[in-house]
Amino acid sequence: MADAPETSTDTVSITVDGKVIAAQPGEMIIAAAERNGVYIPRFCYHPRMRPVGMCRMCLVQVKGPRGFALSPACYVAVAEGQEVVTDSPEVKKAQDGVLEFLLVNHPLDCPVCDKGGECPLQDQTLTFGPGETRFVEEKRHWAKPINLSDLVLLDRERCIQCDRCTRFADEVAGDPLIEFVGRGASIEVNTFPDLPFSSYFSGNTVQICPVGALTATPYRFKARPWDLEQVESTCTSCAVGCRVAVQSSGAKLTRYLGVDADPVNHGWLCDRGRFDFEAVNSDERVTAPLVRKGDELIEASWGEALAAAAKGLADVTKLHGKGSVAVIGGARLPNEDAFAWAKLAKVVLGTDHVDCQLGDGLPAAAVLGLPRATIDDACRAPVVILLGPDLKEELPVLYLRLRAAAVDGKTKIVELTPHSTGLTRYAAASLGYRPGEVALLARALVEGGGGEDADVAGVSAAAIAAARELISAGNAVVVLGRPSLAEYGSSVAEAAGVLARLPGARFLPALRRANVHGALDMGLAPGVLPGRVALADGRDWFGREWGALPAEPGLDTLGILTTAADGRLQALILLGADPANDFPDRQLARRAIAGAGFVVAVDTFLTDSSRHADVVLPAATYAERAGTTTNLEGRVSRLGQKVTPPGVAWPDWMIASELAVRLGGDLGFDSLESIWAEIERLAPSHAGLTTATLSARASRDGVVTPLPAAPTEATADTDDEAAGADATGEAPVNRPALLSFAAPERAGDVPALDSYSLRLVTGHKLYDSATSVRRSPSLAGLVAKGKLRVNPYDLDRLGLTTGGRIRLQAPRATMVLEVVADAGVPRGSASLPFNLPSEPAADLIDGSLAVNDVRIETT
Amino acid sequence: MSRLGPDFLPRAIATIALYPEPRSAMLPILHLVQEQNGFLTEEGMAHVAELLGLSQAEVYGTATFYDMFFTHPVGNYLVSVCTNIACLLNGGYELLEHAEQSLGVKAGGTTPDGQFTVEEVECIGLCGNAPCLTVNWRFFGDVTNEGFDSLVGDLTAGRLAETVPPHGTLCRVRRTVGLEAAAAVESTSVPELESGERS
Ligand code: SF4
Ligand code: SF4
Ligand code: FES
Ligand code: FES
Repeated sequence: MADAPETSTDTVSITVDGKVIAAQPGEMIIAAAERNGVYIPRFCYHPRMRPVGMCRMCLVQVKGPRGFALSPACYVAVAEGQEVVTDSPEVKKAQDGVLEFLLVNHPLDCPVCDKGGECPLQDQTLTFGPGETRFVEEKRHWAKPINLSDLVLLDRERCIQCDRCTRFADEVAGDPLIEFVGRGASIEVNTFPDLPFSSYFSGNTVQICPVGALTATPYRFKARPWDLEQVESTCTSCAVGCRVAVQSSGAKLTRYLGVDADPVNHGWLCDRGRFDFEAVNSDERVTAPLVRKGDELIEASWGEALAAAAKGLADVTKLHGKGSVAVIGGARLPNEDAFAWAKLAKVVLGTDHVDCQLGDGLPAAAVLGLPRATIDDACRAPVVILLGPDLKEELPVLYLRLRAAAVDGKTKIVELTPHSTGLTRYAAASLGYRPGEVALLARALVEGGGGEDADVAGVSAAAIAAARELISAGNAVVVLGRPSLAEYGSSVAEAAGVLARLPGARFLPALRRANVHGALDMGLAPGVLPGRVALADGRDWFGREWGALPAEPGLDTLGILTTAADGRLQALILLGADPANDFPDRQLARRAIAGAGFVVAVDTFLTDSSRHADVVLPAATYAERAGTTTNLEGRVSRLGQKVTPPGVAWPDWMIASELAVRLGGDLGFDSLESIWAEIERLAPSHAGLTTATLSARASRDGVVTPLPAAPTEATADTDDEAAGADATGEAPVNRPALLSFAAPERAGDVPALDSYSLRLVTGHKLYDSATSVRRSPSLAGLVAKGKLRVNPYDLDRLGLTTGGRIRLQAPRATMVLEVVADAGVPRGSASLPFNLPSEPAADLIDGSLAVNDVRIETT
Repeated sequence: MSRLGPDFLPRAIATIALYPEPRSAMLPILHLVQEQNGFLTEEGMAHVAELLGLSQAEVYGTATFYDMFFTHPVGNYLVSVCTNIACLLNGGYELLEHAEQSLGVKAGGTTPDGQFTVEEVECIGLCGNAPCLTVNWRFFGDVTNEGFDSLVGDLTAGRLAETVPPHGTLCRVRRTVGLEAAAAVESTSVPELESGERS
């Protein structure tokens, strides 16, 4: 992927239409001219891809030794003293000619073309074209449209062979599944026969096609561009936080387009993020509050439902104490809502049993308390250490960015993973470790030793030595998440603690849930308070305004569910969380929901968890409300509201406020602004980040917290309003220091694997049984069937054949499924996707074990 | 057999070794697939993609660019009649028409018995002997209607087996120089290469 050239202080001066302009060395004339206000028409040129000079629309005159000659402005780099003419009769004639030529075979079926109204071919024909054609013959005809994939359709007659889609597939996505096929007048874009363009990024080709040749099934014939309204927002389908334009027609979301945010997504979106708006439009949304009457959930008014929820919670608290209520979830919520819920939980309900992660993440301190890197930092780092999930499946656009950086030689990737990932083929080193033993491997990487030829965690000494060589340059960025959900997250935290000792190491957390990073920042985790502060450190600071806070750090989701399943925790609030599906020990989650006496669910759909609740409160979701969200870099960016929530659904912060009142508290919020003002005032990591700063034009791509200049260290506070200290004449309270990560103790060794068993490895697929995928008809069909991947050596050893059906036995469940040989899975391991509708690994996992072993045999 | 078999795979591997970039070997290897199978089967193209570390679409895109590669089955004899300017003036179209009539297929078609495919081509560089044609890329010049019929008779009876190899064979003389040396550097597992004539 061609990045914008590095900004350099040296400039090259060139003359464009008689005006001298400063250009960046190495950039193409078309880019330099555009930055200086001269727009040269183009079709094939795209600033985020390498030039090809394919369409000739950008012909300009460039002076050479033999005078002015026509040259493609997208393919000629600037040079000192270069003279360029873009508006001469010769250029005009060339433009006329190119357009007349392109239109020779173009069907001009604009009235029924989705691109009509926003089509570069229409627009540039109007501005630069001849207005007449000399072509009177019959045009080409093709069968139309053809499916390049389930999502992308191609009308070949409209294609102008600009090579954008095919270049994107190869250069940017790394999925060269579409190509020019044929030659001359019969050239077409196509796939290999019966091998669809099934790329996670296919929707981008539709967006960058300069004509209506490529259309996406969810949008085709749904609207005319001039009927669409749009607002800019941030995708929250994962934690990358790509910038999007959210478009609606009438009251329905119609389409998302990628917006080019330089530090984040470069204009690209993944197909899940692009098309899962269908779930927002779904008819199955919960549109009214529901209250349980016997076995049934009955529609109720907000008043009744809130009263029922408040009464249930108050009764439990009265009977069993404050620690008897727990809150799970919150990663779906925007920052303001997460803050309101954190305040409700920790102040009004007085419980610290609060966790926005579902056992699939990392301890809050490991996310918040390690030096943070941005995506750009990672792409420029001498080396990136990947200690996390398959980014292609979980954080797709981060995968694109890192892939591009590796392909362009800007960084080197060292991967620590228990199964091969999308980035493995681009990695300088990929160390396949035995599940559960990653901390040992990290130690060997950082400390060396371990003997000349002793394997560590199943990785050879030679491979470790080679990787040590790669990271010896220092200043590594560690992409930190959960490589597998079938091993303890604490082993990864331990490894992170070890890697933190590498000189100059910084961390980019790779947790995927929507706004999980914002929710952690806002204190929706045990033992932390808003603004990346430990409960103990922030008690005084927050206590002055908020009153009493929980005395002790609470339980995480595993702890909450275990306690609830034992009947020792009596009320659960599920904040957009579906632990019965998403928690890596589904059985435990189901027992917990059944075991808790009283369950309140704040959700957009009835899920396997929320349908067992006593009260269900309908929440407004993405694009139905404003607010801010925080991506994995800690970048806060704004969400846009485009449509109104269905029925009487409310934003989550309003639900929190109203519930607080009925519980005898008052959060003191009457608008998103009032919440943000309190966040800015109280949350140390967000100090200085005012609404005005966030809405400024310079903050379009979001703002990374904490702000560099913000007084985030423990400094004497002189700001009256901050602590309200002076009014009461008490000693001022210092703004607490940000949390830091204390490397956990070395855990015991994992149990040895017996020779009949395989150690389970699991992670998410991009298309799985997540609500947003299941409720988006265009995506639901893309979900694959679960297959067990095993090293060919083990397959042989167990006398099994690839493609065969096997019986898989684990203490929790037995399932019959297909097994395939995969050399990317280390010996002794077996890899199975976590959350597919059929044969999910989630059913197998016992969350109380450090590792989970399974046995397989022929059926 | 659709993927490259034991006669062809070693040659493919040795050819790849000749180039600094594996993908540079795509055209010669595609010819091997066509020689083995008579046309480019999907499995054959997939095998080439695998050998070169490319996607199948990339191989397909390249293969379809060139007129000498066929991605659909053709007859045992590919009769390519030139209708470009010199041949046109000397009765190239009449010859094509005659070919179509006597074989009972239109240009582009294959006889039901799978023996003959007729196609119309641009100049094949035998203008001095117009009208002309090639059969499996072997030249036949000054072709009259009668000449055409006897040519078909000879081919059907197998009398031209020496001159006209099966479709797909570029050349019966194998290159040996360089291949062995390159193969020796790249791989020790490449079996002995054929040399000289191959029947
Ligand atoms: S389909 Fe669109 S993007 Fe692809 S080559 Fe044709 S015009 Fe360009
Ligand atoms: S990568 Fe994540 S944030 Fe970006 S479009 Fe996909 S789901 Fe949305
Ligand atoms: S934009 Fe320059 S050739 Fe297409
Ligand atoms: S024109 Fe027929 S061979 Fe040249």
